[in-house]
Amino acid sequence: MSFLLNRARRARRATVPTLRATLLATGLALCASVSLSVSAWAADTSPAAQQARFSAEAKAPADAERGRVFFTSRQGGEWSCASCHGNPPTAQGKHANTGKLIKPLAPAFNPMAFTDSARVDKWFRRNCNDVLKRECSPGEKADVLAWLNSLKP
Amino acid sequence: MTPLMSSFTRLWVGAAAALTPLASAWADHGPLLPRNMPPSYVQECASCHTAYPPALLPAASWQRLMGGLKQHYGSDASLDPATVAQLSQWLQANAGTYKRVSEVPPQDRITRAAWFERKHRRIEPAVWALPSVKSAANCAACHGGADQGRYDDDELRYPAGLTQRQRWMWHD
Repeated sequence: MSFLLNRARRARRATVPTLRATLLATGLALCASVSLSVSAWAADTSPAAQQARFSAEAKAPADAERGRVFFTSRQGGEWSCASCHGNPPTAQGKHANTGKLIKPLAPAFNPMAFTDSARVDKWFRRNCNDVLKRECSPGEKADVLAWLNSLKP
Repeated sequence: MTPLMSSFTRLWVGAAAALTPLASAWADHGPLLPRNMPPSYVQECASCHTAYPPALLPAASWQRLMGGLKQHYGSDASLDPATVAQLSQWLQANAGTYKRVSEVPPQDRITRAAWFERKHRRIEPAVWALPSVKSAANCAACHGGADQGRYDDDELRYPAGLTQRQRWMWHD
């Protein structure tokens, strides 16, 4: 019985998306000029440039193997970087608490990764606080980037 | 603006506007995410969890949440002050006022609200613990339209790993 009711409900609902689509299309047309100027991604940098930036701040060359160990180990807390991003982070990750899917972190597997310097700083700040209960040093960030940049398909 | 819209489009917009009240009366409820959702809401909040509809928490809960992003349920979700201000204002303006959400839930958690617990009372603890679900905060594990603010029963889907018995119980 409930099966039949559901079917009827679905059939009626099927006409709704058409109306919604019409409204949406109009909304999009009206907003096109606005949304084009508001980009969520600045795309002002590259993964290699970020590695170079942190190496310069650390005044030392980055080390991919050190980055791998850092990324995959727990640092006193409950989580490692790999808890959410996976090991290696070349496929979709999953937030350790919420289960929300996370795009691959390694740049060769996600063209958007590390292309916005503000985002890079924000996520290092947040995630280092979660994993290490402190900010990461420039050297640690450079090492992690060296490892991530070395991961290829 | 106007050259973008043909007279045909305008006709359809008019018809759609006239029929919209009818359309929302058909549904259990429409999508819960307001149309004016700031892009930063998806970018900043929905990167770690579902873009929870603001109407699912009362204004007092949102205010407390946005005041403590540095320690956000065990995670650092800190943001620049301008974005915090923008999101706070939007969350306050769209917070839940309907009586079932106007009550502040324990720890400002949607999943602890009386209405949430009642709606999910038949879900076994083992289902919440499935790797494909992980947490009651992971709405999208079962609500196919969660990321678009749709929680209707029509879009329910089995999370991966349900036993045959749990699948049978799903429809009760």
